[in-house]
Amino acid sequence: MKRIYVDEKWCLGCHLCEYHCAFANSGKDDMAKALKNVKINPRIQIEEKDGISFAVSCRHCEEPLCVKGCITGALSVVDGVIQIDKEKCVGCYTCVLTCPYGAIMPSDDGVVQKCELCLNNSHGKPACVEGCPNRAIIYEEKVGD
Amino acid sequence: MLKEGEIRIPSGCAISGMISTSGKKINGSKIVQSIATMHDRSNGLGGGFAGYGIYPQYKDLYAFHVFYDSNKSREECERFLDRHFDIINLSKIPVKPNQTITAEPLIWRYFVNPLPTKLTDSQLDEKEFVTRSVININSNIEGAYVFSCGKNMGVFKAVGFPEDVGDYFRLDEYEGYAWTAHGRYPTNTPGWWGGAHPFAMLDYSIVHNGEISSYDANRRDIEMYGYKCTLQTDTEVITYIIDYLLRKQKLSLEDAANVIAAPFWSTIESMPKKERDKLNYLRNAFPGLLITGPFSIILGFEGGLMALNDRLKLRSMVIGEKDDMVYMASEECAIRVIEPELDRIWSPKGGEPVIATLQPKAMARL
Amino acid sequence: MAIDFLYPEYEVVRDKDKCIGCRVCERQCANEVHSYDEDYDCMVSDNANCVCCHRCVALCPTRALKIVKTNHTFKENANWKGEHISEIYRQAGSGGVLLSSMGNPKDYPIYWDKMLINASQVTNPSIDPLREPMETRVFLGAKPEKVEFNSKGEIKNNLTPQLKLDIPIMFSAMSYGSISYNAHESLARAAEALGTYYNTGEGGLHKDFYKYGPHTIVQVASGRFGVHKDYLNAGAAIEIKMGQGAKPGIGGHLPGIKVGDDISKTRMIPEGSDAISPAPHHDIYSIEDLRQLVYSLKEASDYKKPIIVKIAAVHNVAAIASGIARGGADIIAIDGYRGGTGAAPTRIRDNVGIPIELALASVDQRLREEGIRNRVSIVVGGSIRSSADIVKAVALGADAVYIGTSALLALGCHLCRSCQQGKCNWGIATQREDLVRRLNPDIGYKRLVNLLTAWNHEIKEIMGGMGINSIESLRGNRLMLRGIGLTEKELQILGIKHAGE
Repeated sequence: MKRIYVDEKWCLGCHLCEYHCAFANSGKDDMAKALKNVKINPRIQIEEKDGISFAVSCRHCEEPLCVKGCITGALSVVDGVIQIDKEKCVGCYTCVLTCPYGAIMPSDDGVVQKCELCLNNSHGKPACVEGCPNRAIIYEEKVGD
Repeated sequence: MLKEGEIRIPSGCAISGMISTSGKKINGSKIVQSIATMHDRSNGLGGGFAGYGIYPQYKDLYAFHVFYDSNKSREECERFLDRHFDIINLSKIPVKPNQTITAEPLIWRYFVNPLPTKLTDSQLDEKEFVTRSVININSNIEGAYVFSCGKNMGVFKAVGFPEDVGDYFRLDEYEGYAWTAHGRYPTNTPGWWGGAHPFAMLDYSIVHNGEISSYDANRRDIEMYGYKCTLQTDTEVITYIIDYLLRKQKLSLEDAANVIAAPFWSTIESMPKKERDKLNYLRNAFPGLLITGPFSIILGFEGGLMALNDRLKLRSMVIGEKDDMVYMASEECAIRVIEPELDRIWSPKGGEPVIATLQPKAMARL
Repeated sequence: MAIDFLYPEYEVVRDKDKCIGCRVCERQCANEVHSYDEDYDCMVSDNANCVCCHRCVALCPTRALKIVKTNHTFKENANWKGEHISEIYRQAGSGGVLLSSMGNPKDYPIYWDKMLINASQVTNPSIDPLREPMETRVFLGAKPEKVEFNSKGEIKNNLTPQLKLDIPIMFSAMSYGSISYNAHESLARAAEALGTYYNTGEGGLHKDFYKYGPHTIVQVASGRFGVHKDYLNAGAAIEIKMGQGAKPGIGGHLPGIKVGDDISKTRMIPEGSDAISPAPHHDIYSIEDLRQLVYSLKEASDYKKPIIVKIAAVHNVAAIASGIARGGADIIAIDGYRGGTGAAPTRIRDNVGIPIELALASVDQRLREEGIRNRVSIVVGGSIRSSADIVKAVALGADAVYIGTSALLALGCHLCRSCQQGKCNWGIATQREDLVRRLNPDIGYKRLVNLLTAWNHEIKEIMGGMGINSIESLRGNRLMLRGIGLTEKELQILGIKHAGE
């Protein structure tokens, strides 16, 4: 399946992916309207140290620990994409603790949030990929996957 | 208004040519009849003919046909000829007055041979000596214009429809093994006889229909090799290119055609190695002599004719064959009018030369 | 001293309603123009540092930024312009030579824009490149004077080495050092994909790029940096750089700070040392010396590579070119005064040399008059801005063109003309690792391929309109050009007629 891959060689640490993510998931039609005076809580986050940076978001693991550990069945794999059913989530944060990549985090509305490849928001395709100025985040099917 | 040579004038045209490969004599009236059929392709501003094998009695001498504006220019030119050539015979070219042919220059014919001492001093071969002498007269003697200078061949041309020009020059009194003809449709009125076609250099003569888009690239390239394009016509530059490739570079007719109407690179790449290497070489070596834009030409030379189209075939050209006769013309009607029953008639592809030469026996008789 | 304060030339205008404080501008500006002010809780700008490179403008996700030229002014004076006044202040303060980069930006005539191209109407047909073959392949190199035949009467291949270009455009010399590794990789890969060549410049050839050798022109300049036998044999051709359009008559200077490990190895000089190319080649004080270098290089490369001699367009360029043609060069590259540079003294860049259009016209004509035009190919550069410029250059007599600035623009350069500072925000004219990373060659090479592919399409369209279906028939075809608004003298030098004639 198509996944998001990141290449730290080309990551500039500009953090634009985070803002594009926040905007895509805001439900608003204008970035300034969506993010003005807002402290963003994006589903993709830049890790950086000593001049090296890269973006981290859900890997959509084939054997996902988060899904295994979810106590309510709120997390499930749909066509390879790990999705969250916010109605079922009780905010126990087991997934936040079990995800080895730190790709699941509490959302502003009390439950958890994670990257769903923008399939469930108005953007429709990964906004971080489109917004990356240096093709450090790519969305593609790699041979062998 | 600027005269031909001072400005470049595009023109459309009709061309026709015929050869008896067994060397039979063809009366000049035949070619007049052929070109007259394509009357609508000319507009009365130029017509002309080239005949081969027409001067058997003087076949070893260069036949100079010269236009003069005045006796003064004739005297000056004759002084030049006297100094450089042995003049065996000179006379006016006989003409028959024709109402439509006006503004006649003086038209003279000389049968000459280069003076051996002059030729030796010049350190040139004979043909180069003749060529340079002709270019010298045409560019330096005002009012004199040598329009034919080959052996056993001659060009006849004037401002007018080609059939009237043929009548004027009394072509029915000439016989040759090959003829070419040209009817011209220039886009303005130069009114100068020298601008009519065929254009000739030594025994090469060209009739051409088209307007080549590569003109200035070709002109500037060929002028590097001692030629001077004084007329600014396609025909002139094509003649010089052919003279250069055949006489100076010693290429075969086919390879000269491969330079002028080179196959596309994509075509060359699909050829067997030997052919591919040769064509790659020719395009690479003579890029400035590739001619693009529409043209159909008939090249006359000692012992034969060659018809050639541009590589996209943007001008019409048909070839007809009957027994020993080969016909080449812009339109089929120009062939059918002389020979209604042909053995074969076809349109050669763009860039594909059609070469018709005298059979060896006939060649030996020349 | 207070008098040295100069009001910034450009101002950053930030739309506060749109700014979301993402700070991408701050992170991306190597000149440190933008910063976040905690007290005011908003982004602020230090205009004094702005070079107008548009990196922040291009990356701002809400389009909240623009850069404007300041309307701050000195008292109006047609003679003493603000530029003269501030440059005097700067020099009075520093005592130094003014430096700048890229090509001459002054308002001299641009002859490309004063020539118009012909098209076919009625008397001959235009050709549709979508339906008919249209050829832009060019071979560069000396053409044989005489066809030779073997004993069987077959034509012998007596051609000297040629460069085969699928499009009549090459990337001009830009050294590794003046531009980044990623810029070089982009150029090399694009040249390979397009069937043309890029040029190492005088900085040697990085070991990673030897694999692009068949599409590389290796340069030998006065500093001889990075020149060794393998280098000479690695490329498809060898270029002797005698001059550069942006700075005719002077050498080059890559400051030691840019000479890191990689560049030091490639240039074969100690790390951190200034790489100074002398003004002349110290083994070439005259034309006969050039001939010796040409033949030395031919010897070193076993007569398998064409030799290019690159000169700046200067007043006597036609005679110089004739000397070079007779000196054994296979190709002459002429660089006009608009040609770019990574760094040049401002006064030289702006006042020395002549327009490439005039230089080309006179060189081509002179070589033809001497009957030696086919002994060399002519490549011109020095501000080729579009396919129309290329068509005009070829019609004036060029075999092909070199593009430098246009290629860098395709890679993201915004012509801020600050290359000499080494802080290129677009990752091109810099060696700072974090900045170099900004140019991803996967993107860069594709953009170069796109640009040249587009130009090649346009060249074909224009040629087709003229009824020409092979670029050989355009070369030197000056009847296809007409001047507009030119004097008799200019027309005479260009060898073209005026529009309407």
